[in-house]
Amino acid sequence: MTSPAPPAPVRTGSGRWIELVLVLVASAITVGAYANVGLGTSGALPDQLVPYSVGVVVVGVLAHLLVRWRAPFADPVLLPTALALNGIGLAMIHRLDLADAAQADRLGVPVPSPEAPGQLVWSLVGIVLLVLVLWLVRDHRVLAPYTYLTFLLGVVLLLLPLVPGLGVEINGARIWISVLGQSFQPGEAAKVVMVVAFSSYLVVHREALALAGRRILGVDLPRGRDLGPILVVWLLGMAILVFELDLGAAVLFFGIFVVMLFVATERVGWLVVGVLLAVAGGVGSYLLFSHVQERVSAWLDPFGDPDANYQVIQSLYGLAYGGMLGTGLGQGQPDLIPFAESDFITAALGEELGLTGLMVIIVLFGVLVARGLRAAIGVRDPFGTLLAAGLATAIGLQVFVVVGGVTKLIPLTGLTTPFLSLGGSSLIMNWVIVALLLRVSDAGRRPAPAPPPPLAEAQTQAVRLR
Amino acid sequence: MNRAIRRWSVLTLLMFVALLANITVVQVFWADELNARSDNRRVLLEEFARQRGPILVGDTAVAVSEESTGRFDYQRSYPQGPLYAHATGFYSWVYGRSATERAANDILAGTDETLFARRVIDLVSGRPPEGGSVRLTLQPAAQEAADSGLAGMVGAVVAIDPATGAILAMSARPSYDPNPLADPNAEVQEQAWTAYQTDAAEPMLNRAIAQTYPPGSTFKLVTAAAALESGDYEPDTVIPGPAELPLPGSTTTLPNAFGGECGPSGQTTLLDALRISCNTAFGALGIELGDDALREQAEAFGYNTQPLVEYNAATSVFPDTLDPAQTAQAAIGQFDVRASALQDAMVTAAIANDGVLMRPYLIAEALAPDLAVLQVTEPSEQARSVSVATARDLTEMMVAVVDSGTGRNAAIPGVSVAGKTGTAERGAGQTPVYWFTSFAPAEDPQVAVAVVIENPGERVDVSGGQLAAPIARAVMQAVLLEEGGQG
Repeated sequence: MTSPAPPAPVRTGSGRWIELVLVLVASAITVGAYANVGLGTSGALPDQLVPYSVGVVVVGVLAHLLVRWRAPFADPVLLPTALALNGIGLAMIHRLDLADAAQADRLGVPVPSPEAPGQLVWSLVGIVLLVLVLWLVRDHRVLAPYTYLTFLLGVVLLLLPLVPGLGVEINGARIWISVLGQSFQPGEAAKVVMVVAFSSYLVVHREALALAGRRILGVDLPRGRDLGPILVVWLLGMAILVFELDLGAAVLFFGIFVVMLFVATERVGWLVVGVLLAVAGGVGSYLLFSHVQERVSAWLDPFGDPDANYQVIQSLYGLAYGGMLGTGLGQGQPDLIPFAESDFITAALGEELGLTGLMVIIVLFGVLVARGLRAAIGVRDPFGTLLAAGLATAIGLQVFVVVGGVTKLIPLTGLTTPFLSLGGSSLIMNWVIVALLLRVSDAGRRPAPAPPPPLAEAQTQAVRLR
Repeated sequence: MNRAIRRWSVLTLLMFVALLANITVVQVFWADELNARSDNRRVLLEEFARQRGPILVGDTAVAVSEESTGRFDYQRSYPQGPLYAHATGFYSWVYGRSATERAANDILAGTDETLFARRVIDLVSGRPPEGGSVRLTLQPAAQEAADSGLAGMVGAVVAIDPATGAILAMSARPSYDPNPLADPNAEVQEQAWTAYQTDAAEPMLNRAIAQTYPPGSTFKLVTAAAALESGDYEPDTVIPGPAELPLPGSTTTLPNAFGGECGPSGQTTLLDALRISCNTAFGALGIELGDDALREQAEAFGYNTQPLVEYNAATSVFPDTLDPAQTAQAAIGQFDVRASALQDAMVTAAIANDGVLMRPYLIAEALAPDLAVLQVTEPSEQARSVSVATARDLTEMMVAVVDSGTGRNAAIPGVSVAGKTGTAERGAGQTPVYWFTSFAPAEDPQVAVAVVIENPGERVDVSGGQLAAPIARAVMQAVLLEEGGQG
């Protein structure tokens, strides 16, 4: 009697070598963009090119090595994609520094201090944070148990800018806090904390929330008594909108929660309820708040009020001027767009890298989101699934809202572009998101523990049960 | 949960596809339109690096780019400043461009497709690219006569060659100096801009084409045309001309400006009614003909259609649906009838041109940097406004106006002039608008002109005949002298 051969273990490569190659490609993009800025603005390679190149490669390879050590089965595309985006953002911020310096020179005023060095430091902090998260969080499930504590932490972070003396209002939005002369956007951290809180909450309650209520037009709506949580998050979003005047964050938080509810329950009804609530909130805020009306009219007809909509118009002009192939890094005038280095960095990139370059960048974000959602599908525990799906959704929605706003697809809402925009809080928290996605994907792709040997060969005795 | 994630992935994919599609639209399909906008400083920056072509009047450059040591390699200057400002427009790094600087920008900047081959050669040969030049239809003598005639007033003059539609004079007072707006120093630009924009007299408003006024009695030409075209009237047809015309459906009446009847026992002829500008006769005529007939005739003269679109000219208006009382007022150019000076000149030009309205134009030709002709504007017919017979009758009536009616101040010795006066009431507290429109010589028209005075400055208690007719005469004389000199 021949026993069937045990199934050969499926050897899926860990992908670490692929990751190394891609990290080197990302380094090449980062260094190439930097060199290009120098060539485009002054016609010469930047003086710091060699040390910068060495630094970029060393940091990239070190991050890769750490992933290899602490998350050996993690998705190999996540880290290089994030590195490439971060590098492109750094090059553009440096480029805008040069434009500001040249402008100051022309006008004979003092040259403003450059932003790129600070952003470079924040990039390093972000990567260190990535390392720390991978090191300290060996299993993402350790984040699961403290549902309400995490939620509370998220709310506190969100409301921190409203604390008198701590919060500061910049450009009409009260979303910053100032500590020791440094300003932070606690909302960025709140985003990650909230995704964790939503995940742990939904893991426990998803079956109850999946129970169908009334059926209308072929869609099972949730039961009325289950509407509590979504209403709480909706009210939170409205609070952000009303008190911090931050339309973008309000949309983002609510959107993430609705998508996670849908993922957790597989009920389209939640999407319907979410959309209805969002529409109600949107219409309500449109009727109540002039700044929301301004955003909408700026979107519908930016040229109706060229002075008020200067920023969007300049953004469109930049994109149009870039056209198909772009002016080349350092050769356009992206500094004509106010806040080109923060919210409007995609317009600056679209001008100098053209449609072609901007498409690459959007596709890179798409890859990041797709890989995050893939990790969510691949992981075996529901908490991991929800966490990865929520984090990937956070990036996807944020990119859609900010890039769509800058390019006049949807009304403009102030949000940073992940990895690209100037701003430490946003950058480091996006690195934390990547770290968590690496962690979840590592769990999902880790080969199952070796199966127990077949019964026949086992050193066991059959036990007869009476 | 995975099924939901897959469905959500599809939605996410759609969102990203929407982003990609949208930037494609903006950066490819919408790009030309965005790049062409006058406040687009990126394009200006590129343009400022190039030598912009001149704007010519005759063979004189009224806008020219000169080498500069300032912020840019070239600087725009306007040697005659305010005289041609409304025609040239301005060319500002901060505030964009206007008028011809805007309308003919592609040629002037050298980005027009007709200049494409040259650009490629420039690119290959490394020669700095140069813009083409644009010649306007304006005649210096007519323009100067119009401008000096308007001195001290608020108003405008438009003169047209009736046979072609070429605009021979386009003047509006007050005007502005476009030079500071082209200054390399942005602060100078800002100061000038602020001063012009805050000036209550609105010096940057081109009153010749971009402003409409009630046309007043000059609109009687349109009403008379409608009457003659109806076939029921001749110039000597007897019509009622009482001292006051009761307005149907109301207790108010329409009086004559001079107070009194227009003829013995309240009877007059169509010719006499026009000659002495009889309000009651034309009011009654309007009621008789009906608002549809008036509107149809006004539209045949160009009302309710925007002329000179590339210069953002205003559309003159004959309103929709009027009751008989409103029609009576509209027939004498009141109520909501609005006309620009350009429109009034177009009416007269069409009458002068045997009833054919030629499309007005300001750009005569575009020239390459080496002065080779790139484009020439061919005169084109806009509409047949009235029949040849009606045009002749109207000419006869308008000659009577100048010979022995309200327009005697426009008479030129030895030349038969055809004209019509107008004094239009505006709202309470506003000065009336004074009009005069005319053409000459009546038997072989060379020039049609319209003058509108919105504020006569020092002079009070005047009429269109006293105030505006002399300016029209001066402009007509300037053109006739020019034509005579050439012929």
